[in-house]
Amino acid sequence: MRKMLNTLYVTQEDAYLSLDSETLLLSIGGDVKARIPFDNIENIVCFSYIGCSPALMGKCVSQNIPINFISPYGKYWGKVTSGTQGNVFLRVRQIEVFKTHNLELSINTIVAKCHNAIQLIRRSQHDNEALRDDTEVQQAVAILMESIDGAFHAADGATLLGIEGYAAKTYFGIFNKLILNREFQFSFRTKRPPTDPVNAMLSFMYTIFTAEFAAGLETVGLDSYIGYMHALRSGRNSLACDLMEEARCIIERFVLTLINLKIVGMEDFEQFVTGAVYLNDKGRRKVLAKWQEKKRTTIKHDYLNETIPLGLLPYVQSNLLAKYVRGELTQYPNYLQKGN
Amino acid sequence: MMVLISYDVATGDKDGQRRLRCIAKECQNHAQRVQNSVFEANLDYGTFLKMKSRLLAIMDKEKDSLRFYYLGNNWKHRVEHIGAKPGMDMEGPLIF
Repeated sequence: MRKMLNTLYVTQEDAYLSLDSETLLLSIGGDVKARIPFDNIENIVCFSYIGCSPALMGKCVSQNIPINFISPYGKYWGKVTSGTQGNVFLRVRQIEVFKTHNLELSINTIVAKCHNAIQLIRRSQHDNEALRDDTEVQQAVAILMESIDGAFHAADGATLLGIEGYAAKTYFGIFNKLILNREFQFSFRTKRPPTDPVNAMLSFMYTIFTAEFAAGLETVGLDSYIGYMHALRSGRNSLACDLMEEARCIIERFVLTLINLKIVGMEDFEQFVTGAVYLNDKGRRKVLAKWQEKKRTTIKHDYLNETIPLGLLPYVQSNLLAKYVRGELTQYPNYLQKGN
Repeated sequence: MMVLISYDVATGDKDGQRRLRCIAKECQNHAQRVQNSVFEANLDYGTFLKMKSRLLAIMDKEKDSLRFYYLGNNWKHRVEHIGAKPGMDMEGPLIF
């Protein structure tokens, strides 16, 4: 099993990244703040307007370390990677397989997403007695279960999208009940821009996790821009978004934990005149530090029957998808969250 | 795997100074400098062996000494730092 290496997050605007033989130099105002050997990192995420020397970019490209650029508020801008490489035959297969099997893949993804949502709700019910008897929550679980049945019988993509939309609406309809720290309120999902702290955190973490999925897909040689469910759009990692669907619950559970354990508070957000709410610098650091910790925790992967660090999940799922595309597996095994 | 590397290089002549520079550079490329001639390398075993063989090629076995302390994967409770310049944890969150 591949070793999980670290991700370097750069949040300071005046930081400059440069290359010194086999190490990455991070300097602020001319002072070297850190010297990190390339052996220790596998991914760089830059927020805000970071300077990056061309020599460093060249080195990262040759070492297969992507440099992701994300706006301070979590909007994905782009990344520096080597020209698409890997196996062309795999990518051609990918396009063929996705064209003919997109419905089957989508159904499985939606089913996995609903299943994981149910697991998340059950987990909350397990932790909190009041939720166990809440009729609305019980109803939501029932609707999600029906959605799983419905998805299996969906005859076309449009029907499936309808089922997914209804399931997501139901799920987010009771999401507020899972929040125990009453400082935070969630009424419905808003994005572009998020209008409350919960949405801000969700959007921010979805972006981060999607970038990790994109990196995983590129590592195994799949094209992260050609998806089976999300429509193709230039510049969007559609396949990474597809794989994210089944792993969303991880982010949602993570955000709930941060809120319920009062790790983040109202002081970690800033509100703009437009109504948009974003994490501020301090909040971003807190969330990223916790995320890095979370990635080290292990999960039991049902299909592999192995314990893996959560941070390797994007890589593992990409690998399984590549196996499916190659025809080594008859079905792509989606990630399914374990019950209690 | 965490390995602590320390070295002593005889710098009496020009060649000694060259060896010192080369060894320091090689260490710096793969490990973190925690004290003047002490490095901590958190590497997988293969990468470490490559680095070690390069170091052995540079050193003069008659005059210099190199020491490797193998601290394994559970090194955190074996290392205690007191005083200025605590090292960075290459496995912990890297946020700047």
